[in-house]
Amino acid sequence: MSQEHIQVITSSNIPLWRDERIIKGIVQVISAIAVIGFVAFAIGNVINAAHERGLSLGYDFINQSAGFPLAESVIPYDESKSFGYAFLVGVLNTLRAALVGIVAATLLGTLAALARLSTNWLVNKIASVYIETVRNIPLLVQLFIWYFAVFQGLPDVQESIRWPGPIFLSKRGIYMPAPVPTGTFGAWMGFVIVGLVLAIVLRIVLGRYQLQTGRTTYPVATAFAVFFGLPLLGWFIVGQSPLTVDLPVMGKFNFTGGLRLTIEYAALLTGLVIYTGAFIAEVVRAGILAVNRGQFEAARALGLSNMQVLRLVVFPQAMRVIIPPLISQYLNLTKNSSLAVAVGYPDLFYVGRTIINQAGRAVPVFSMVMGVYLFTSLTTSVLMNFYNRRVQLVER
Amino acid sequence: MSVNTTTAEEVRPPSPPGPIRWLKKNLFSNWYNSLLTVISGVIVFFALKAVILWVFFEANWDPVTHSLKLFAVGQYPPDQLWRVGTIVCMVSFLFGVSWKVWGGTVRTFALAIALVLGVAGLLPVSMGLGLRLWFLSNPLLTAIGYQVGRTPVGKSKWVALGWVVSFFLTIILLTGIEGLPWLPPVKSGLWGGLLLTFLLAMVGIAASFPIGVALALGRQSSLPVVKAFCVLFIELVRGVPLVTVLFMASIILPLFLPEDVRIDRVLRAMMGMTLFAAAYMAENVRGGLQAIPKGQVEAAKAVGLNGFQTMALIVLPQALRLVIPAIVGQFIALFMDTTLAVIVGLMELLAVGRAVLESNVEWKLLNMEVYIFIAAIFWIFNYSMSYASRRLEAALGVGKR
Repeated sequence: MSQEHIQVITSSNIPLWRDERIIKGIVQVISAIAVIGFVAFAIGNVINAAHERGLSLGYDFINQSAGFPLAESVIPYDESKSFGYAFLVGVLNTLRAALVGIVAATLLGTLAALARLSTNWLVNKIASVYIETVRNIPLLVQLFIWYFAVFQGLPDVQESIRWPGPIFLSKRGIYMPAPVPTGTFGAWMGFVIVGLVLAIVLRIVLGRYQLQTGRTTYPVATAFAVFFGLPLLGWFIVGQSPLTVDLPVMGKFNFTGGLRLTIEYAALLTGLVIYTGAFIAEVVRAGILAVNRGQFEAARALGLSNMQVLRLVVFPQAMRVIIPPLISQYLNLTKNSSLAVAVGYPDLFYVGRTIINQAGRAVPVFSMVMGVYLFTSLTTSVLMNFYNRRVQLVER
Repeated sequence: MSVNTTTAEEVRPPSPPGPIRWLKKNLFSNWYNSLLTVISGVIVFFALKAVILWVFFEANWDPVTHSLKLFAVGQYPPDQLWRVGTIVCMVSFLFGVSWKVWGGTVRTFALAIALVLGVAGLLPVSMGLGLRLWFLSNPLLTAIGYQVGRTPVGKSKWVALGWVVSFFLTIILLTGIEGLPWLPPVKSGLWGGLLLTFLLAMVGIAASFPIGVALALGRQSSLPVVKAFCVLFIELVRGVPLVTVLFMASIILPLFLPEDVRIDRVLRAMMGMTLFAAAYMAENVRGGLQAIPKGQVEAAKAVGLNGFQTMALIVLPQALRLVIPAIVGQFIALFMDTTLAVIVGLMELLAVGRAVLESNVEWKLLNMEVYIFIAAIFWIFNYSMSYASRRLEAALGVGKR
């Protein structure tokens, strides 16, 4: 009887409509047809619409002259440049906001996390209030407050607020001293690069030596000393100072010289940093709290100093918990920088929208804008997965 | 012997905690903590002073106090406002019933809403008698709902059904029905303010739920084609900012549709929000699905359930219970994200704020007052929701594994 039973199951005389493989195949074919059919239907409609309204779906507009001004740009830009070039300006502006924002938000977030972990009641409460306030108010509302209420409310050039040092805040923007390279700058850069390379090499060699012999060689301290010492030495050797400082000078209507940040950029950056900083603070705090208390105690029992415990035991373990959500906060910041459109900072999305208004190629332009964001997100998540696998191997 | 003494020393109960002791322990435990306390104390003092002075003496709250109706419902026709009122009453009532039936966190919500509306009705400001009565009727309805919850009707499934029905009733009440004289259609262009903000978030979360569950199941599926489509959609949407999705829904979606199909602007924004939320919902649900032990599936198979039954009766009910806090978190995020609708031209809170500022020349420079007011509204809702969600999480024991 059991023989018979087994035979029923293993034999291929199951009716077609009950064969799992066939059902699965059919389901897949149907879903593929449905999705592809839907996409084809949509694309067909676009082509129809484009045809009827005389719109083109090609990317040939990229080389045409843009003809619209952009308030700020990292690379030289004027209206005669092409649409493609304007798009590049947008990408660079997004990167400028995102990269500076990421660095500043990390610093602010770490500081807030440490304050939040502090045993000092007042400091702890200040950090909690900051985090709970900022996390519960939409970023766009915060950007509106920063831009329309704070930065647009700054005084005119003549009554600029002067911060300690030659930093001026006014409606025209934020002016600060800018470093300007002189003739000896190239030679000095040589010192900087040699210092950097030497520092890395020393860090690795001394670190290995310490691991092999057990003798303390201070690899990190030595590397830092070389990295900062060599350029400092070079500064005096090259004779003339390699950098001079260009100070902003108040004119009748505007400042001349110095480095200028527009209030749009300043508002976007402030909003992004303060908003993301609160989220990063929670990520860092969770990471530090995730390290088992026993780890700390065991390290102390081995005779490590407080600093060593943090540097060698707590920190590496906390990083493993912190890094993945931290990266996703970085990505959020980058994506959120698209809200620049609300304050008029010409980022990727803003430029994309302007190109659509000017050239009328909604679909191609938009595919480019989304493509850039997607590329950033996907490369980051690939890198993150790679990193995750690495730290996990270290664990075992 | 000496060991014994030390232990006795340590075991001795600490002297009673007094304010001085507390200060010493928490603020002045050592020299740098003392320094930190003094510096931050000075900063807090001046910041608080500046804020209080500004809020009570310097700020001009006219644009806010004169436009409360706009902030609440936008340009919804004044003679049709009873519909919005009815919806709020319905929600109050349902919260009363849910409080009795589900208890726990729902109680916090029900109490908070009843309290806020009740206090608003008692505020010593000038308002029509009708409005005052309406405010006060809400806590009453919550109380009635609570009593109804005690009757045999108070079963979980009936309450759930009530919420679902109320969702559709809300939509019907707001849009109106063509040809019904007492329920004339109201164009969605007239919806605005907090009403629209809530509606966008509610519809977004409600509509994205089934799509998100389907996508999550698809991603877990053993069928490569289905899985590929789901992964593609989820990663595509999660990789781009919401602004681009909204912009696409409002500008590009019409191009993708046949010439004769025209979708209302609010509905287009809702579709964008829903698709965006669905991708994130899918990831939340996937988290829940992955948390279910394999043994559950194996046991279900062993008692003879087929694949569909295993999912619907065993895995999903457990998984969805696990992701409730995550869904509340997502609702909060979506609630905040509705502000982005201002970029595609919807009259949600921020857009109302802008319109109010432009409506009167004297108010032109009162940006700070208006936007701080909007920020305060969001803060109150979000903070109470996240507070409730944390309690919910503790009650479900989700974070504790």
